[in-house]
Amino acid sequence: MSVKPTVISQIRQIAEDNRTPLPPLTDDLVLLDSGLDSLAIAILVARLEETLGFDPFTESDDTAYPVTLGDFIRFYDHAADCLGIDSNQAG
Amino acid sequence: MPRTASESIRTRLASAPVCLRRFLWGATASVCLGDVLDATTLGARVADVAGRSVLVVTRDPFASALALIELDGIAARLVVCTPDLPAEHLPAIVAKAGVDVIVCDHNRQSGSQKPQLRIQAPARAFDVAHSTIDGPTEWVLLTSGTTGAPKLLVHTFASLTAPIGGALAQDPGVVWGTFYDIRRYGGLQIFFRALLGRGSFVLSGAGESIGDYLVRLGAHGVTHVSGTPSHWRRALMSPEARAIAPRYIRLSGEIADQGILNALRSFYPRASVGHAFASTEAGVGFEVNDGLEGFPASLIGASGDVQVAVEDGSLRIRSARNAVRYIGEEPCTLSDDRGFVDTGDMVERRGDRYYFLGRRSGIINVGGLKVYPEEVETAINKHPAVRMAVVRPRKSPITGSLVAAEVVLKAEADPNGAGVGTADFKREILQICHDSLAAHKIPATIRFVPALELAAAGKLARPCVP
Repeated sequence: MSVKPTVISQIRQIAEDNRTPLPPLTDDLVLLDSGLDSLAIAILVARLEETLGFDPFTESDDTAYPVTLGDFIRFYDHAADCLGIDSNQAG
Repeated sequence: MPRTASESIRTRLASAPVCLRRFLWGATASVCLGDVLDATTLGARVADVAGRSVLVVTRDPFASALALIELDGIAARLVVCTPDLPAEHLPAIVAKAGVDVIVCDHNRQSGSQKPQLRIQAPARAFDVAHSTIDGPTEWVLLTSGTTGAPKLLVHTFASLTAPIGGALAQDPGVVWGTFYDIRRYGGLQIFFRALLGRGSFVLSGAGESIGDYLVRLGAHGVTHVSGTPSHWRRALMSPEARAIAPRYIRLSGEIADQGILNALRSFYPRASVGHAFASTEAGVGFEVNDGLEGFPASLIGASGDVQVAVEDGSLRIRSARNAVRYIGEEPCTLSDDRGFVDTGDMVERRGDRYYFLGRRSGIINVGGLKVYPEEVETAINKHPAVRMAVVRPRKSPITGSLVAAEVVLKAEADPNGAGVGTADFKREILQICHDSLAAHKIPATIRFVPALELAAAGKLARPCVP
């Protein structure tokens, strides 16, 4: 199962906290154009770690930074596969 | 006539070759460095600032750049305002730094009766005598202090330019860019490298997005780019990251971890990637160019222009690059009796290398912006159900660190001591923080805990390690 629903709901929560309107959350949306700045994306990664139990950025020193929302979700799904985590069950 | 006794940006530009092929490219305007010497941004009123203490406060960094070039060597003191400085701090800065004249690019309500001069950018050709002062201009840089009010640090042309001897030999095709604002130490270093070397410089604009800046950097053929690790992570998350193909990438201002060093090397395989330790107080300490995080232990105690020491676990630096002094603080607070500046950065030796752990005082560096935990704890403690709170750094792969809070609720608010039913409290605490703190100071995570560890003196235990 994909982490997508968890990621989307956390993005919506952070946007709501920041009172930031969100564009449609499509896979090709550039994260930094989503209305979330890098601080908000950092918070997203921290909250996802609390919810999912892992942070794919720190699992390895070889990181390619995700540009689009689709990249970001694939990045998490890939890490969950590698860690043997059923991300649907996490958190 | 310019004096050779004290060097200034203008004297250096006047003696530099190929100025006519060198440019300062801003987001809104550009200027050829060869034209800067025959032009003024202040018109005939430049005479009003000769030998005076001048506050430079502009919206557009390009306007600041022109004013700084023109006024170095003319003003007795240049107080360089950072772009995000809250206006309420200006009157105190004006008083502390004995400011006589305010140079700005807009009608700013400075809360001060001092005369204001409007910068005309780009500079216009104008027959103006630039009378120089005896001795160097004092450069006053602002750095955030514990109370929220900025501290004023004095540098000189000599201390600011001491780290960049090697840059003078750079080839004339170098084009510098930096994600820093030039009114911060990290950006000012690159500004000087570009001006005193043989290159050109692409300045970021006020409010310009990192993507737009990357496109402009690419259009001007940038070769050397600097920024914090957080700037670089944001750049790599931009589709425009491919717009540039730099030869040299420099990181400073935050801990450069192996992840960002590797990511940059893999994304820009033609670039050499180096990270520098620098702070406004200590200046540039050293540069690390072996592609690894941390720094070689052989730097400690080595002879050279910069002496590096570790005492009580924190990094100490003594060099001609150190700031000269604080204004309005105890004279002894900048350096110890041997002239070492305590950077407050905690390091740990593992094998033949030292690694950065974080700040001793618990200061949290969120994407290059300082957060004092006490300020955040004070905001959290305003909630009536909170007994106490501690704020610590939490490691972030995006911004280096984030603010994380642990909160103990009052017994009556949390009778089972289990943090049950605390979602409402969390939302209310965050609301209080949103109302009183800048965005980077708001806790990214809040955890309710039954108790907090206290250090021997009864203070909150505040480990520096994220």
